[in-house]
Amino acid sequence: MPVDYLYPEYEVIRNYDRCINCRVCERQCANEVHEFPENAGKMVCDSSKCVNCHRCVALCPTKALKIVKSDHTFKHNANWSGKAITEIYKQAGTGGVLLSSMGNPENYPIYFDKMLINASQVTNPSIDPLREPMETRTYLGSKPKEIRRDQDGRLINTLPPQIKLSMPIMFSAMSYGSISYNAHESLARAAQELGILYNTGEGGLHESLYKYGQNTIVQVASGRFGVHKEYLGSGAAIEIKMGQGAKPGIGGHLPGTKIGGDISRTRMIPEGSDAISPAPHHDIYSIEDLRQLVFSLKEATEYQKPVIVKIAAVHNVSAIASGIARSGADIIAIDGFRGGTGAAPTRIRDNVGIPIELALASVDSRLRSEGIRDNVSIIAAGSIRSSSDIVKAIALGADCVYIGTSALLALGCHLCRSCQTGKCNWGIATQREDLVKRLNPEIGTVRLVNLLTAWQHEIKEMMGGMGINSIESLRGNRSMLRGTGLNERELEILGIKHAGE
Amino acid sequence: MYELREGEFRNISGCAISGIFSRSGNRFSGRRIIDSMKVMHERSNGLGGGFAAYGIYPEYKEFYALHVFYDDTQARKDCESFIDAHFDIINLSRIPTRKTPAITDEPLIWRYFVAPHPTRLAESQLDEKEYTVRCVFAINTSIKGAYVVSGGKNMGVFKAVGYPEDVGEFYKLEEYEGYCFTAHGRYPTNTPGWWGGAHPFSLLDHSVVHNGEISSYDANRRAIEMYGYKCTLQTDTEVITYIIDFLHRRKGLSFKEVCSVMAAPFWSTIEAMPEDDRNELIYLRSTFSSQLITGPFSIIVGFEGGIMALNDRLKLRSMVVGEKDEMVYIASEEAAIRVIQNDLDRIRAPKGGECVMFTVDKGDE
Repeated sequence: MPVDYLYPEYEVIRNYDRCINCRVCERQCANEVHEFPENAGKMVCDSSKCVNCHRCVALCPTKALKIVKSDHTFKHNANWSGKAITEIYKQAGTGGVLLSSMGNPENYPIYFDKMLINASQVTNPSIDPLREPMETRTYLGSKPKEIRRDQDGRLINTLPPQIKLSMPIMFSAMSYGSISYNAHESLARAAQELGILYNTGEGGLHESLYKYGQNTIVQVASGRFGVHKEYLGSGAAIEIKMGQGAKPGIGGHLPGTKIGGDISRTRMIPEGSDAISPAPHHDIYSIEDLRQLVFSLKEATEYQKPVIVKIAAVHNVSAIASGIARSGADIIAIDGFRGGTGAAPTRIRDNVGIPIELALASVDSRLRSEGIRDNVSIIAAGSIRSSSDIVKAIALGADCVYIGTSALLALGCHLCRSCQTGKCNWGIATQREDLVKRLNPEIGTVRLVNLLTAWQHEIKEMMGGMGINSIESLRGNRSMLRGTGLNERELEILGIKHAGE
Repeated sequence: MYELREGEFRNISGCAISGIFSRSGNRFSGRRIIDSMKVMHERSNGLGGGFAAYGIYPEYKEFYALHVFYDDTQARKDCESFIDAHFDIINLSRIPTRKTPAITDEPLIWRYFVAPHPTRLAESQLDEKEYTVRCVFAINTSIKGAYVVSGGKNMGVFKAVGYPEDVGEFYKLEEYEGYCFTAHGRYPTNTPGWWGGAHPFSLLDHSVVHNGEISSYDANRRAIEMYGYKCTLQTDTEVITYIIDFLHRRKGLSFKEVCSVMAAPFWSTIEAMPEDDRNELIYLRSTFSSQLITGPFSIIVGFEGGIMALNDRLKLRSMVVGEKDEMVYIASEEAAIRVIQNDLDRIRAPKGGECVMFTVDKGDE
């Protein structure tokens, strides 16, 4: 049907004065946008296949390429946007659920951008991190309930198992399968070098990455892919994935085309079969069932590892978190609605869940009002874009943050949001060997280490400005934040004052 | 016109502090601490001064001494009926004062020596101290116009809006004899004009005088409020007092351990320690991370039979300690010690985070 033809949203523009027909763009594009027809004598392109990932732009030796937003337009309509119209054409043509990747890109409020950070003047000196110690070391885990001493009066170590981090940042769950082996290896090596942890996601752990176990969180999701005793024992912590910010209420889905040899073996499922995680854990229909899984995992690992429960930020997140904090879990990870994904139904990604800033503030306040904040540490996730987002999240009450998208950007991701196609030209969200090898784990590691080293430095600068020289004194220190352009209700939920107050 | 009170806003202040302590427990007149504070006049601005005195009520040392401010007689009636219901009142009287032009607008200032009502105490299933603490919180948060200034045994807090030396004259402090006095002169950046907001701040027999502005305030406040404390004054001193009470009385940490929580050594220092010490400090820092205090402070803590002083980790506030025979002097400035005892055996500036402690029993630092 002609109606199904959609003019491309982005157009590839080639400057023929610069183009030398080297055909790099053609070789680099897994979407087959570029070609060199013999009879044409010049490069031509099909913009309709372009996902706007910039691979060709970045590799063109003569800077002959750019991608621009098309000025092709529907008749202006404040209600029926071009996006809404084209999505209907697509669904009318296929009968399918719309799929998308990465975090919710729609125009909802970003509360991080409406909060400002304090600094010292006169009454309290700022501290220079270049000249004074500035501490970002973080321990995650439950705090002991009582102090005990031996006969000599020395304190007995009653501290439950903890995660020790050089800075309050970890790489969040991204499964082997949804991203490539080289991406996983880069994350693992960077975590080791930085003294932080990365997260296997729900796809199990490749046997050659077991050596990074001390820097690994092993995830147990509803599909239980790749979960066995050795796997559970290999990491520094175990995460139960109850939900994900990008798609609250549903499980992960990895198409069979991505399930090749190594991934099939790691996930312990047949090659080529779809890996579809159930929406709920079928052994967890309520909070008491979660408690059983928490303790099953603790039994299996002899109470040596903290257990994280990861949930999506949904409407009654604080009541859910309160239940989890009494379930024996050591850490709660809350994933906001902007969190990324390798594939999610578009409608869910764009309409389900709530912002991490509000969820975090609400959970932290709720746990404190119930006197159980010390039972658990809180990890905030779901679009942490910079060091200042981290400072704000910690001041709101987080112990630590997870970063996913930011880490992938460091590896070269250009946020084209086409992961679900499996043709990632940057070698990240793909299993095609020729594409995977484009991501060099050596370089990937360096870039991740660079990013977090820079962020750590910036966090220290901001802490020093506030006169705070240890990260724990920033945690929950909401008087260090002020809101701009927020209404009273929003300020109340965030627990902060408006700028000027 | 409605006047803002302490507690309705966050009040930041700079200050002068001083403390005098007799290691042998000998009692001396409150005159000396007034003289010490007078030298540091410039460090205050007349918006708050006060003293904590220990060993001043030997004849009532078994009883809690409640010092209470009242806005009016109605507040006194309400409060006294509350005290009467919860305690046996052994003695009550107005606290003697003298008129001085520098001190005005005084509230009604009363003193009660009390013992927890045995039946009520048993019903509450609390220990005596916790029972008393809860009663004090109840008065301060629910009886309008009444404010308990101090409630420890054999000790009392005397404070007012004014310069410390004038406050001492007003309360006739020279007529009291104790083995320990601490004092505070305040330089607030706001003008609350409320006596309850002056310092020292105390809970049971712990009193705190503090100079500084802590950057960890809201983290500390939100954490301590989880354990039933109510930070009604929004001052650093209040939250520090509660942290000390929580760690020392409720968690059973020694004062030295309390210091290594509030002004914890840096991780780099901890890593270089012998294994036992290292493990203990890692344990304390991670267990009580929300009680770490950052930003500048120097504090003097008075308690039954002892005195403790502590600086922040970077020593961002001045504090010196002098000793002469069995006497110990601690002050923001050396001059404040020299003016009352120029012939010192030794004088030093403690390091940041160093726990300086003296007790009557052992006399050890």
